[in-house]
Amino acid sequence: MFFTYLRRELAGRRRQTAIIAIGMALAIALVMIVNSVSTGVRDAQAAVLESVYGVGTDLTVSQSPTPPAEGEAGGPRFEFGADAGTTTDGSTEISQSRLSAGPGSTTFDEADLASVQGLDGVAAASATLSLTNTTFDGELPDFQQSTQGTDQMPADGEQPAAPPQGGFDGAGGSAFDVDSFTVLGLDPASAAVGPLSAVELADGRGLEASDTGEAVAVLDAGYATTAELAVGDTIDVGGTEFEIVGTVSSTSADAATAANVYLPLDLAQSISGEEGMISSISVQAESADGIDALQAEIEEALPDATVSTQSDLAASVSGSLASASSLISNLGLWVSLAVLVAAFLIAILFTIQGVTRRTREFGTLKAIGWSNGRVVGQVAGESLVQGLIGGAVGLVLGLVGIWAVNLIAPTIGGSSGSDVVAGGPGGREMVMQAGGPGGGFGGAMPSAASSAEVVLQAPVTVSVIAIAIGLAIAGGLVAGAFGGWRAARLRPAEALRSVA
Amino acid sequence: MYTLEHVSKTYAQSKRRITALQDVSLTIPKGQLVAIQGPTGGGKSTLLQMLGALDRPSIGRVALGEAELSHLPDRRLAGIRAKEIGFVFQGFNLIPTLTALENVETALEPLGVSADERRRRATEALGSVGLGDRGGHVPSELSGGQQQRVAIARALVKEPDVLLADEPTGNLDEQTRDDIMDLLEGLWRDRGLTLIVVTHDSAVAKRAERRLHIRDGAVTER
Repeated sequence: MFFTYLRRELAGRRRQTAIIAIGMALAIALVMIVNSVSTGVRDAQAAVLESVYGVGTDLTVSQSPTPPAEGEAGGPRFEFGADAGTTTDGSTEISQSRLSAGPGSTTFDEADLASVQGLDGVAAASATLSLTNTTFDGELPDFQQSTQGTDQMPADGEQPAAPPQGGFDGAGGSAFDVDSFTVLGLDPASAAVGPLSAVELADGRGLEASDTGEAVAVLDAGYATTAELAVGDTIDVGGTEFEIVGTVSSTSADAATAANVYLPLDLAQSISGEEGMISSISVQAESADGIDALQAEIEEALPDATVSTQSDLAASVSGSLASASSLISNLGLWVSLAVLVAAFLIAILFTIQGVTRRTREFGTLKAIGWSNGRVVGQVAGESLVQGLIGGAVGLVLGLVGIWAVNLIAPTIGGSSGSDVVAGGPGGREMVMQAGGPGGGFGGAMPSAASSAEVVLQAPVTVSVIAIAIGLAIAGGLVAGAFGGWRAARLRPAEALRSVA
Repeated sequence: MYTLEHVSKTYAQSKRRITALQDVSLTIPKGQLVAIQGPTGGGKSTLLQMLGALDRPSIGRVALGEAELSHLPDRRLAGIRAKEIGFVFQGFNLIPTLTALENVETALEPLGVSADERRRRATEALGSVGLGDRGGHVPSELSGGQQQRVAIARALVKEPDVLLADEPTGNLDEQTRDDIMDLLEGLWRDRGLTLIVVTHDSAVAKRAERRLHIRDGAVTER
């Protein structure tokens, strides 16, 4: 009888059923899409950040940046002596390569790594030193001739001294090139955790434990191509020639790796003058449950350090990816909540209206012996089925919406230190900034830049399906509860009398 | 048997108090056919609701056999209505989306009767009111007289002790009225029902064994 009555009511009151179901369907579809895109953005963040911090890094340890001391320059300083460079044909060519920690970045004692490794709950930990190599080279005129020419002022009637010669334009001019690339010093024996855990070998080999102390380098494949370098070539880092033994690329699609050049930590330290110093420690916890406790433990062991978790890590991503995340989590969430509340209200109002319209019907049923529970159950059952119909339609709509998002496949990408740029091919590309390596999550912004472009994929997860079903049931039950409450309050005598 | 002792019923309407029944005492033996007459607003329907366990008196006692209708909780009253009391209304009060057969079945739903048994008894009840071939029709496809027959079938399918009819012929033409009253009277005779009919119609009231008149909440015998 329950199902017969239910079926007849839903079929007999198609308009009400359709309005409630459509409202629920739209709300559920919207929530599904927002949830799915939100998951996609989180995955994109993870992909971007994995390329920076590596796979499996649960915590990073860094130190907050300190401003340079008074009189201390923020960037690298190039000093050339009087005899620097080689002079030919009136021009002096100078070149100098400096490897140093970037401005604003902070290094700290390598001994902290041992302190972290000694803590309970640490599965693995490795240190990195984030550096920038800046090369300054250029062409100057021979200043000797200039000096000779200006020592004596020409007397009246005398011809002025010969104009300066040499330099890049042959007339005493100067030209300089400044080139820089990011360098990451890391322990070749600890590639399981840290930036190199998120790369795959493109050519040659990676850094190995036996490379400690050796002048070998691994390059980001993208950078190697740009710089026209290949395995077997050499690269000048801080004035030392390193043999390129391999190139690597990011495991995440379209994302660059954490740095342009990877060196053994000890050599990076000695060349940059950062002996015994590191800029970040990547920590892998033994279990996901113990991350918070481990964070507290590290903070206690290293009071000056900034210890950040993956969630802090997500917050460190800035730019359009953060904007997308913020848009989804704020505007998207509120819009979908508003639509959901509106849909629920529509369902509730229509259900109550339906009960009011059916006062005589329910009064009659109570008069012939139907209990309150049976009447309430009938009303709630009808609402639940209306919700489920809405849920089914919403599920289909939501899946279509998610499919459309994946079909459009917007790209989210960016690089640290550059402004956000929106719009790309087809107006669908967004470029964003990501925190680079070594600075730690929310800690010092690194001197090494990282860029990443990730195609946004909105996944259909079990939770998305569960949300659709859950909302459909919840919507039906909430509307049914209100309608049932209204029906339960009907006194049979009054219900019959009101009709009379 | 019904027993009413000093029953009064007052309603609060806006800021006024309306006395629908005033110190009514009477007994209605089992198997009696009673007609209740009186002017509109005199308290006829209120008295019928007391008898039908749809409402409780403000003062006094109403009992159906051993059941104290004035004191039982709602759940027990619903049980008594489900088993022992059948209702027929002036407006038929059929569920518009259900077929005639399904409407009749609704009366058996609270009794926990199996689906097959429900269907069998409902079909039988419809046959007994002359609508065996109309079971698949929804109320809007039936005439007023046919709808009232369905309502009577619904009231009788559970084989109650009491049948309460509130203006059962009020919406019907004379011929149909007589047909319906013939039907009710026949069922009353055949089944030994206690049949209480509220009516304005003297022609209907004349068929009763006993006629009560109610005015301003007070009941008098005629």
